[in-house]
Amino acid sequence: MMFPDYQNIFTQVQVQGKPEMGMDDQGNNMMEERVGKPRFNTLVGLFGNAQLGPYYVGWTTLVAFATGIAWFVIVGFNMLAQVGYSIPQFLRQLFWLALEPPSPEYGLSMPPLDEGGWYIIASFFLLVSVMTWLLRAYLLAQQHKMGKHIFWGFAAAVWLFLVLGLFRPVLMGSWSEAVPYGIFPHLDWTTAFSIRYGNLYYNPFHCLSIVFLYGSVLLFCMHGGTILAVTRYGGDRELEQIYDRGTATERAALFWRWTMGFNATMEGIHRWAWWFAVLTPITGGIGILLTGTVVDNWFIWAQEHNFAPMYDGSYGYADYGSYEAFIGKEN
Amino acid sequence: MLPKWFDKWNQDNPTNVFGPAILVGVLGGAVFAAIMVVSFGNPAQTASMQTGPRGTGMSVPEFNVARLAPDPTIEDYYTEEPYVPEGGEDLAKDIYENVQVLGDLTEDNFNRLMTAMTQWVSPEEGCAYCHGDGDLETYGSDDLYTKVVSRRMIQMTQNINENWSGHVNAVEEVGVNCYTCHRGENVPSEIWFNINPVNEAAGGWASVQNRATSLSQSTSLPSNALEVYLTDYEPVNVHDLESRVEGVPNDEDVASIQKTEQTYSLMNYFANSLGVNCVFCHSSRAFYDPEQHTPQWATALLGRQMVIELNQEYLIPLEAEYPDDRLGPIYGDAPKAACKTCHKGYQRPLQGINVIADWPELATSEAPVYE
Repeated sequence: MMFPDYQNIFTQVQVQGKPEMGMDDQGNNMMEERVGKPRFNTLVGLFGNAQLGPYYVGWTTLVAFATGIAWFVIVGFNMLAQVGYSIPQFLRQLFWLALEPPSPEYGLSMPPLDEGGWYIIASFFLLVSVMTWLLRAYLLAQQHKMGKHIFWGFAAAVWLFLVLGLFRPVLMGSWSEAVPYGIFPHLDWTTAFSIRYGNLYYNPFHCLSIVFLYGSVLLFCMHGGTILAVTRYGGDRELEQIYDRGTATERAALFWRWTMGFNATMEGIHRWAWWFAVLTPITGGIGILLTGTVVDNWFIWAQEHNFAPMYDGSYGYADYGSYEAFIGKEN
Repeated sequence: MLPKWFDKWNQDNPTNVFGPAILVGVLGGAVFAAIMVVSFGNPAQTASMQTGPRGTGMSVPEFNVARLAPDPTIEDYYTEEPYVPEGGEDLAKDIYENVQVLGDLTEDNFNRLMTAMTQWVSPEEGCAYCHGDGDLETYGSDDLYTKVVSRRMIQMTQNINENWSGHVNAVEEVGVNCYTCHRGENVPSEIWFNINPVNEAAGGWASVQNRATSLSQSTSLPSNALEVYLTDYEPVNVHDLESRVEGVPNDEDVASIQKTEQTYSLMNYFANSLGVNCVFCHSSRAFYDPEQHTPQWATALLGRQMVIELNQEYLIPLEAEYPDDRLGPIYGDAPKAACKTCHKGYQRPLQGINVIADWPELATSEAPVYE
């Protein structure tokens, strides 16, 4: 008998042979929507399945790609136009450049193209693209007769996307509140958003979102570590272990119960992970949606709700040391 | 090579030396490093200046290397004690022609200041930089723009020392003189010109940001912060002072995200100009809260008011005096000042040396008082 050996993220076992083509057994010509001749790649096989393709291309994929590319090209050409169609400047300033939302004075109206109009058009394409991709996740799961968990998971992320770019700007009455499309500029927006509304760290939903984000990371690490650790007992065959618990599951469960008095189950850990993951953007989206619409200064809000303590002590360096000592002029 | 008994003993007693060798090597290395650090000092030593209560994380850190290196321009600073008048001396306005602002100085002090200004501003060109190549008799002439500008700059210096003591002498007497900005150069470093819009094919908000420029401090923040906030009294604050207020972003008095980025850009400029961080003035958990500001916040606030006045009343009106090569590259605007023009990246210009003690003539627009 062969014992597959997993020592790191690289899988040492590869299956290369007759390509797996997927289901086509109901007389509904599902193969027609799959493109690309399947092939095998040893390098890809080190990281996951060695088989590449075929790829599902239904109408949702076509629409999502067409609109997504439209968004990408509009953003790119706006950036290019901003540097006067100079390719060197475009490459040099790429991380600084952005397609910005309209100025505040335009409210929810359609501004001139060079003052945010392109942003509105690009955003429309992005909206269609993302929503079609979401639908694609649903339809694919339906065709596979799967549960819709991945669809709902992606929907949670789409919720945050919609809050940032659609729901909150509409509630605020201005497209200027939306996030710019640019590498550094969207980070500027994030910082400015926190500063403008009195420190987002005092927003309880932001706190929850951080908990679920870091919690997701921790759970992912705990689960991955546990399964890898019991792989030698067959723990990597998680589905079998769920309905027919073996020594791998017993050992993993004992490990955690003795570590912290509680253990998830072989099935339940996946629900833990799924909920932590989807709650990250759900709570985050709620926090963003409340900011500027319901609460305008989170620090003051936190003071009113008695969870922003004041600290004792002086402000200013004079009470803690001298400038001369700081610049090394005296000891 | 080695004695036979030693080779024999080794053969009879085979031992894995690699395990112990690694252990001894690591421990020995650590002991050696510890001895070096104790003997010669930590090469990566940092200093931090605590600026607020424990628990708020308020401190300005700096690496030893940067902290202990004095501002290199301090070495070239020229100064000379005044000649205290005994009374009865002739004054500059009686001796020389066309002395409009330093007329109340005695001849000795007048020449002393002229010599110093040459050292501070035009050490290579000398007197001729302002007075031209003519004889002493022609020194009263206002033909050269440099002389006209210098006169206004002397008035500006007097104004700063006289009326902005709250900023320039905030902690102790430091004052300013020509050298505070010029540092031996005809044109001070860290002056600025209008460059907006910085983006082509974009209007409004999108046209003034998202480019690495000198005025955005190489960030993607707006490049117009100095223009907006340091040439006029545009409000800098963006926060609401209640947890819930009315208004939408297109209202005149409601600060938008864009406005916040503009303020952020200005604050970033402040911090870079002084070589400090946000928590030198603010508690970062509540930037707006005056109860959690340090005294330096008020000093900076005064500094901003001062710069606006200097730009509005002294620097911008000189535009017509300058030749083209002294004006802005894009709009031909007058050179303007801001925090870094004096501070040059140091928390105190010239690291806090007193540049006014020897120069009572520059401390007041009235007749100087010698002590």
